[in-house]
Amino acid sequence: MKQLVIFVTFLLAASLAWSAESGPLMHADVDLSDQGSLQRGAKIFVNYCQSCHSAAYMRYSRLGQDLGITVDVLKENLMFGTDKPGDTMTSNLNRDDAVQFFAMVPPDLSVTARARGADWLYTYFMTFYRDDSRPTGVNNLTFKDVAMPHVLSDKQGWQRAVIKETQSADGSITKEIERLELETPGELTEAEYAAMVSDLVNFMVYLGEPIKLKRYQIGGWVMVYLIILLLVVYLLKKEYWKDVH
Amino acid sequence: MNTLIKLLYGFRDWIDDRFPLMQNWNEHLAKYYAPKNFNFWYFFGSLALLVLVIQIVTGIWLTMNYKPSADAAFASVEYIMRDVDWGWWIRYMHSTGASAFFITVYLHMYRGLLYGSYKQPRELLWILGMLIYFVLAGESFFGYLLPWGQMSYWGAQAITSLFGAIPVIGEDLTIWVRGDYVVSDVTLNRFFSLHVIALPLLLCGLVVVHILALHEVGSNNPDGIEIKKHKGPDGIPLDGIPFHPYYTVKDIVGAVVFLLGFFAVVFFWPEMGGYFLEHNNFFPANTLQTPEHIAPVWYFTPYYAMLRAIPDLLGGALVMGVALPIFFLLPWIDRSPVKSIRYRGWKFKTALAAFTIAFLGLGWLGIELATPVYTNLARFFTVVYFLFFILFPCYTSPVDSLVARYYRAGVKWILRLILAYLVIDQLAVMLDDKQIIDNAFLGFVSGYTLLVILIEVLGFYSLDIDKPVPDRVTYS
Repeated sequence: MKQLVIFVTFLLAASLAWSAESGPLMHADVDLSDQGSLQRGAKIFVNYCQSCHSAAYMRYSRLGQDLGITVDVLKENLMFGTDKPGDTMTSNLNRDDAVQFFAMVPPDLSVTARARGADWLYTYFMTFYRDDSRPTGVNNLTFKDVAMPHVLSDKQGWQRAVIKETQSADGSITKEIERLELETPGELTEAEYAAMVSDLVNFMVYLGEPIKLKRYQIGGWVMVYLIILLLVVYLLKKEYWKDVH
Repeated sequence: MNTLIKLLYGFRDWIDDRFPLMQNWNEHLAKYYAPKNFNFWYFFGSLALLVLVIQIVTGIWLTMNYKPSADAAFASVEYIMRDVDWGWWIRYMHSTGASAFFITVYLHMYRGLLYGSYKQPRELLWILGMLIYFVLAGESFFGYLLPWGQMSYWGAQAITSLFGAIPVIGEDLTIWVRGDYVVSDVTLNRFFSLHVIALPLLLCGLVVVHILALHEVGSNNPDGIEIKKHKGPDGIPLDGIPFHPYYTVKDIVGAVVFLLGFFAVVFFWPEMGGYFLEHNNFFPANTLQTPEHIAPVWYFTPYYAMLRAIPDLLGGALVMGVALPIFFLLPWIDRSPVKSIRYRGWKFKTALAAFTIAFLGLGWLGIELATPVYTNLARFFTVVYFLFFILFPCYTSPVDSLVARYYRAGVKWILRLILAYLVIDQLAVMLDDKQIIDNAFLGFVSGYTLLVILIEVLGFYSLDIDKPVPDRVTYS
């Protein structure tokens, strides 16, 4: 009974604490019909993310089919851990090593876009900043104290947090991150980096549900069929009900 | 051609000699006479049946590829979504169907409230329907664990922990239900068994009995008039028409309109903004990490809001445990001879409107976070929800029997005393805090004023005056 009371109190307290989430999210432009963007995103994903993360529910062959990539190109450019296109996109990072490096196994990314949402992912990739108090030397505004290092730092460069100090009536000073500003530029300009993140997020949305684009197309035909059917069955009903007074 | 038709008739007669085929066809379709004045609200029974069929068929196909184990469940759902041909379609139909089931069933039940379909002689029909609702709630609860996402896991953990609120046996009962100290692989396996075998069998059986009971007493209608009272010389109700073909063709129109909405969700918005498929459920279950915000799926939120509104867990569980079974009493606490809302007095209409607002309000609050203001609002709506039932015999009692008079007097003074106690208690707290005129105080005053008005006016200020009910159904 006591455990239960603690558990439920904890639940209620946790639900009250929910509002402590981070600020407004940036907007990600997702366009699943942009195959070029998806291909670029796939390249970034296998080169940067898949070193540590798996997408264990996704097969390379499906990726090739959907994004218009031939098996040869697929093998050459996107498949690093295997030469069987039917294999799933698993990372080569060993579980024990992962725990050594990050104190946890990096989560599988197959459906992350569905759990977090595209805007969250986009904002997450944009808001890494230098923080010497962290073991990785980096923190994130969207995912506080995240275990992941900033793997795209050579592209984006390094941002630092601009702190705003406010003094309240009783004299205590509260520090708050006002915004992030680019400290050391990376290989890419800010606009190029934003475009790169867009491609990556676009790909991760595709990865979350590969059928999505086709689902919309089939849905359109289903609606057309049902509307025609509705007309027919409505006329049938009208005909039968003529003699009800 | 002629020989073929003869052959078919011959086959029918061959069966009919050995099985009551034509008899059943006539009793339940071709010669089942339904009132001709069914309106929009009368589509939802057949629609609920359609959803049941969708759930069973898609469920069979999902079961072919789903693996009920803690290690493989989440992955097998994604396998269905990606590697099984049309698996995504089957799964989305099933997940959308779960919500569609509750939409149709809630509207079907609300129709019963509007037109008094639970009243004599349909009491048993109503009870059977309520039992179907309970089985359905269990069915959806067990099914919700199967994807083994964070919400699946922690939702099951939270709901099963409610058993722990029961004194003495609570703790052991919780372990017995889970089969483990926490929700685990064992729990998943038994929930799977209950979800795909036990409850569907029960559900189908109850649906058959529900329909048999309906066809025994005959359908009610928006006028709440018994069509069997006026029969022609051939024994057929004057206001009745054969279910087949009239209502079969009409229900097909309803079904196609329903399917337009249903498939719009399946193909374009299967997550329905996180209400049909919750975002957090795309994280695999993590037994070590409680999510920040655990909320049930939308169709249970009214009752979840009640649970949260009561500070004491056992009390909350009790309130939640009474809130649904109280519907069983409707046929007996409704004292009015009039069935349909069309001919009821303004009191019943006001009470039903207040109940509707309270139910929808609780549903909304169950989704939101429990801030102090929302908690108070949820308490207010919970009181209104129960007042609807407690005062039912008062505002629907034109026949002033002795029992009714005693009930009214008793309820009147009990409610007044409770209310007075609450007001004094709350005032004392507020005077202590020395924050008399602020928003909380105003909210408190307006809340109690509304309750007093509801109780006094609906409960005790004169009897409700029903309108005269016409002899025959109105049909335009």
